[in-house]
Amino acid sequence: MPQSFPNAGNAIIVLALRDVIVEHKAYLSEVDGAIGDGDHGINMAKGFSMAADSLDPTASLSEGFKHLGNTLLEDIGGSMGPLYGNFFRKMARASRKEARITATVFETMLSDAVTSLVDLGGAKVGDKTLLDVLDPAMTAYREALATGESFENALGILGASAEAAKEGTKDMVAKLGRAARLGERSRGVIDAGAASCSLILNTLSAEFTKRLG
Amino acid sequence: MQRIFNDPDDIVNEMVDGFVAAHPDIVTPTANPRVLKTAFTYPEPKVGVVTGGGSGHKPAFIGYIGKNMVDAVAIGEIFSSPSAKNFLDAFKAADQGKGVACLYGNYAGDNMNVKIAIEDAEDDDIEVKTVVANDDVPSAPGDEREKRRGVAGEVLMWKVGGAKAAMGGTLDEVIATAQKAIDHCRSVGIGLTPCTIPSVGKANFSIEPGKMEVGIGHHGEPGIQVDDLKSADEMAQMSLDIILPDLPFASGDEVVALVSGLGATPVMELYVYYRKVAQLLGDAGISVYRPFVGNYFTSLEMMGVTLTLMKLDEELKTCMDFEAYSVGLKQS
Repeated sequence: MPQSFPNAGNAIIVLALRDVIVEHKAYLSEVDGAIGDGDHGINMAKGFSMAADSLDPTASLSEGFKHLGNTLLEDIGGSMGPLYGNFFRKMARASRKEARITATVFETMLSDAVTSLVDLGGAKVGDKTLLDVLDPAMTAYREALATGESFENALGILGASAEAAKEGTKDMVAKLGRAARLGERSRGVIDAGAASCSLILNTLSAEFTKRLG
Repeated sequence: MQRIFNDPDDIVNEMVDGFVAAHPDIVTPTANPRVLKTAFTYPEPKVGVVTGGGSGHKPAFIGYIGKNMVDAVAIGEIFSSPSAKNFLDAFKAADQGKGVACLYGNYAGDNMNVKIAIEDAEDDDIEVKTVVANDDVPSAPGDEREKRRGVAGEVLMWKVGGAKAAMGGTLDEVIATAQKAIDHCRSVGIGLTPCTIPSVGKANFSIEPGKMEVGIGHHGEPGIQVDDLKSADEMAQMSLDIILPDLPFASGDEVVALVSGLGATPVMELYVYYRKVAQLLGDAGISVYRPFVGNYFTSLEMMGVTLTLMKLDEELKTCMDFEAYSVGLKQS
């Protein structure tokens, strides 16, 4: 089984992301409603749909991510527009010169995206944000590669740890964003950003794995 | 939901259309449907004054566009920050070559989108400086003021900043005066019912019948305590007990007092509340230089009230007295 797939022609993965986000629109809003405004699903679905509608599906994965990132940044606003917008733009930038997406290319993409997210939003691990999914998932992915796991296995580990980390945000007290004003009352519910982030990472994991053979 | 709208996804755009149709003498549309600018022109170029925020707070934010007030506003979805591009387009609409003062409230989304927009504005050689309003006392302790939210004190910040810019202040002067205005402001809100975003369709927080939430935020952010529903006089007393010691305000101070409904409160009840506020301030030796009572910064159809006090000095008085003409605030 090849342990990479071509960058070219894979902008279509953005459509899979759109499908998952739209499918979970009500769920994301409900999770958000517990400690936030309850509009996370609506805004995410709107942004990903807008990007998908104007996407050139024959473009490269990098171009697809850039298009998605720009759409979220320009048209969505809120907190998730800039956070996910920058996230996908950085993944695009880190991969745009690569002919193939390998385990190491994806590691750099993730790492650049996470760094920019921290710079922009100022979140720290444990603040009950999407970083609490991204950071442990990325760490698990890295450790898997370091211990000699294949790209495919590492992607599986990435998705599983994202899901576990999402559940882990339930026990955290929000320290950033609107939910932070709740203090202890934010404990007991999953963070909405963490929920969408796990969906995104698991979709990337599944779509990448499909293309490995 | 007993509300007035068409497709909930169109509610913000249709609100903007209606606003432009109703007030063509005050606001002008721009190429970006999520940016409105002032219809007024000035004899000399001046510092542009910009704000922006989520929708649902009428007359904030677009209601404060006007003569000697805000020059351009970035408009977000309900309770959701405008995008970075909307802020950038608002900067461009307001810029007259003297720089732009972006006077907005302390919310995570607004902070990020303004930050990205300022970086992009540098590419267009537009200098932008900010004041981040943080007048809401219950949202964080006094030693963490940088974490506090911006609420109705923003209206006074725009009034003062807009006046300073119209008087010919430099960008640094406008920023310093607007910063002083918000530093002198303290606010508190009391919520009696939740509010519903039409596209969500149900209230996303609850206040039990017979209860009230003291310190509630403009989007239903929970307050510092849930109490049994009290009389108007007791609410006024509780509000002052929270904000007076925080600045602190003292005997001999002159203040602007701004009482705003949260959307569903009958205006007559705001006056019942203000009656006691005025009495208590008088008892404390604090004189109200200029009161404002009405719907200045609302939260959809939330029932409740906010109180903002701004301690005045000569400069702030001059700015408050300066002529202004906007939908939300007029001064002749």
